[in-house]
Amino acid sequence: MLKRAQALFLRLLSPAIALAIAGGVSAENATRQINMPQGVTEVSQAAYDIHMIMMWICTVIGIAVFGFMFYVMYAHRKSRGAVAANFHEHHVVELIWTIVPAIILIVMAVPATTALLKVYDTENADIDIKVTGYQWKWQYEYIGEGVKFMSELRTSQDEIYGRAPKGEHYLREVTQPLVIPTGKKVRFLITGNDVIHSWWVPDFGVKRDAVPGLFTAAWAKTDIPGTYVGECTELCGIGHAFMPVVVEVKEEAEYNEWLAGKKLEAALYASTIGKEWTFDELMVRGEEVYERSCAGCHQSDGNGIAGVFPALKDSPIALGAKEGHIAVLINGVAGTSMQSFADQLSEVDIAAVVHYERNAWGNNVGDVTQPVDVLNYKQGQ
Amino acid sequence: MAHGPATLADGLPKYLARWLFTTNHKDIGTLYLWFSFAMFLMGGTFAMIIRAELFQPGMQLIKPEFFNQMTTMHGLVMVFGAIMPAFVGLANWMIPMMIGAPDMALPRMNNLSFWILPFAFAILTATLFMDGGGPNFGWTFYAPLSTTYAPDTVNYFIFGVHIMGASSIMGSINIIATVMNMRAPGMTYMKMPLFVWTWLITAFLLVAVMPVLAGAVTMMLMDINFGTSFFDAAGGGDPVLFQHIFWFFGHPEVYIIILPAFGVVSQIIPTFSRKPLFGYSSMVYATAAIAFLSFIVWAHHMFTVGMPIAGELYFMYATMLIAVPTGVKVFNWITTMYRGSLTFETPMLFSIAFVILFTFGGFTGMMLSIAAADIQYHDTYFVVAHFHYVMVAGAVFSGTAAVYYWLPKWCGKMYDETMGKLQFWIAFIGFNITFMPQHFLGLAGMPRRYADYGLQFADWNMVSSIGAFMYGGAQLLFLYNVVRTIGWGKPTDDPQVWEDAVGLEWTVPTPAPYHTFEKPPIVK
Repeated sequence: MLKRAQALFLRLLSPAIALAIAGGVSAENATRQINMPQGVTEVSQAAYDIHMIMMWICTVIGIAVFGFMFYVMYAHRKSRGAVAANFHEHHVVELIWTIVPAIILIVMAVPATTALLKVYDTENADIDIKVTGYQWKWQYEYIGEGVKFMSELRTSQDEIYGRAPKGEHYLREVTQPLVIPTGKKVRFLITGNDVIHSWWVPDFGVKRDAVPGLFTAAWAKTDIPGTYVGECTELCGIGHAFMPVVVEVKEEAEYNEWLAGKKLEAALYASTIGKEWTFDELMVRGEEVYERSCAGCHQSDGNGIAGVFPALKDSPIALGAKEGHIAVLINGVAGTSMQSFADQLSEVDIAAVVHYERNAWGNNVGDVTQPVDVLNYKQGQ
Repeated sequence: MAHGPATLADGLPKYLARWLFTTNHKDIGTLYLWFSFAMFLMGGTFAMIIRAELFQPGMQLIKPEFFNQMTTMHGLVMVFGAIMPAFVGLANWMIPMMIGAPDMALPRMNNLSFWILPFAFAILTATLFMDGGGPNFGWTFYAPLSTTYAPDTVNYFIFGVHIMGASSIMGSINIIATVMNMRAPGMTYMKMPLFVWTWLITAFLLVAVMPVLAGAVTMMLMDINFGTSFFDAAGGGDPVLFQHIFWFFGHPEVYIIILPAFGVVSQIIPTFSRKPLFGYSSMVYATAAIAFLSFIVWAHHMFTVGMPIAGELYFMYATMLIAVPTGVKVFNWITTMYRGSLTFETPMLFSIAFVILFTFGGFTGMMLSIAAADIQYHDTYFVVAHFHYVMVAGAVFSGTAAVYYWLPKWCGKMYDETMGKLQFWIAFIGFNITFMPQHFLGLAGMPRRYADYGLQFADWNMVSSIGAFMYGGAQLLFLYNVVRTIGWGKPTDDPQVWEDAVGLEWTVPTPAPYHTFEKPPIVK
């Protein structure tokens, strides 16, 4: 017990020492930003501008008000022999300090309105992308292009739980980023699948709640290629901090090449779905998928969290008939946070993860689940 | 907080029974204050756990599931268990003494409204030890995370909220009845101390919005257990409806918390400035204006939900308006100090810090009202910093000031000024180290309610955590100071306690006898 306490203390202390010596652990990883980013779109620039206007107005008022207050505290203190006056109202002064702030507010309302109009200018988009929030990942669908994929956190559980050193892009990296071209007006149609999420890319000035049953639009247009990182900003359960948004902005030619590659990938996948996988191949792929999509709730050791997320180890579903197990993944479990994975995972991934769950942590069913089993189940529905 | 003789000669039952069955406003005020302080320490412990986990990136001490329970419980306990009951306690103690009434108008209901509170919080806290854990959906409990996706214990949470709501409604009806009916002869409305005024207006807010909260949780209860779909899109409902209902309660709620704090500060600053409050009537009108505005600005909490632009513009303009009456109040406090004869005892220090830090929180509030910029601020640490500046440096600092200000009157003992000032400076510095960097974190892009964060946020999080431990330590010093004063403080029997304190509460003996104003005083 004492040893553990000591270890904990050292663990807590070491970064403090590092901070003192090296001036911060993140120095190499990112610039230490303390203000709102200007970003790369008209909307983010407008947000930044109005933010700075407000900040300066507040600073000037603050200096005046607090300055006067500190002067009073210095000059009118009893210890300096101040004797209290006896006034308690002055109508002209009171009127002035009611009307002047009101005028300042009216003046500020003008740029505030202009900026907001930009946010809502979602007409005439060149590209439409549907953004769906899932617990705990984003799905991007290029409308009319037949391209659709999931974007999930790539940082490993080991890094999160301190069993491996944290990489440079800790919690800022995903399996597949959203890719958009420069110079085109991209409209995001945002919705949620389960609970409310919120899709935020600070550099675009886009933050929009992903509400189940509701589609809302936001937009971005930029000429500056690069990688832009954002976050989920609406509490959505235990994976809330673990579903970053990463957007890559590419030159148009590069974008078109990427999009063609994605379409080809989809076609190729369709042709290989009939492949026969071996027991071990499925275990390897299944573990990958499990860690990414299932371990958040059911835990890496398959024990779940008592009372919230059932254990898969020794569970009747994992040990029972294969079809029943596949059915849970395809349909989800109504009224619980077990969602349908039919649209989130490919047939191969569903097969692999079912196979893994049936044969990991001492669940020794011994059977093999092939992608074609999953396909058959889907078609039988 | 002991006070004047309360013995069997008064016909009082002894020990536990005395506190269980008491209908005395001072006893009940004491119960409220101790209860709220206990809750304050519990909610503070949750905050310490949060800040310890956020000390550095990665999950070290707890898991995300428990982290979410901590953020939720911290918010619920602090808002409903610490701050609100603390001010109800002050109201119980002070309102009858300030208006020359012998007790509250409805003493038995007063007893009931207190004694159901511990049960509400016992139920709420017990969920932490149940399968599935406590509420983990944030203190704003947005559906469907709090309905379809919630642990089963959410039903206990709903029950707890209902009990708290009933307690608040009873408490506020009592205050309204007392203020309207039991003022001493000559105590007209426009002669009432400002603390009484702010509480009267707050009580009306409570009566208006607590039933709305009860409605929201009842709809949740129906959705969860009886197959309705108020907030479930798949059944024809709307998750956004929940937010409208919640914030129709929630925005007045933040003024419920801050208005009595305004009242306290408006009592203390004149005393230590040795000068009457500047602009009394404009203070009353400003309070009423703020209360009215609080009902028509709720959706500024929802600027990113995708409202039509007309709605967004309306809520932006209406929100900006709040700056006007709030500014009037701040200018009045400062002008009260102007050409006064200032001394800086502990209550005054906390009150001045209140004015400075609350105004700072007001500035960030104005920034947040600008919808286009709020889209960047929304649900980041910028918001966390903003509302802690107004809630902690606002309500908690003012509550602390109130305790130091009236403690000698309550127990007839003087607190130790040096220790009080020590607590103030630790709290003031610790508070700013905690929450100032959170502005930077939010602007740089760190969302709130994150159990873990990217490496670019590491430095300021660590600074913030260090400040939080410091601020937490100051509260233990507060407890020590209060206990030491009650037990071993220097006795005083000066009715006025403070050189220039004005008001009926300073005309009764110190410590305040068990029954005061059995015969009403005449107010000229």
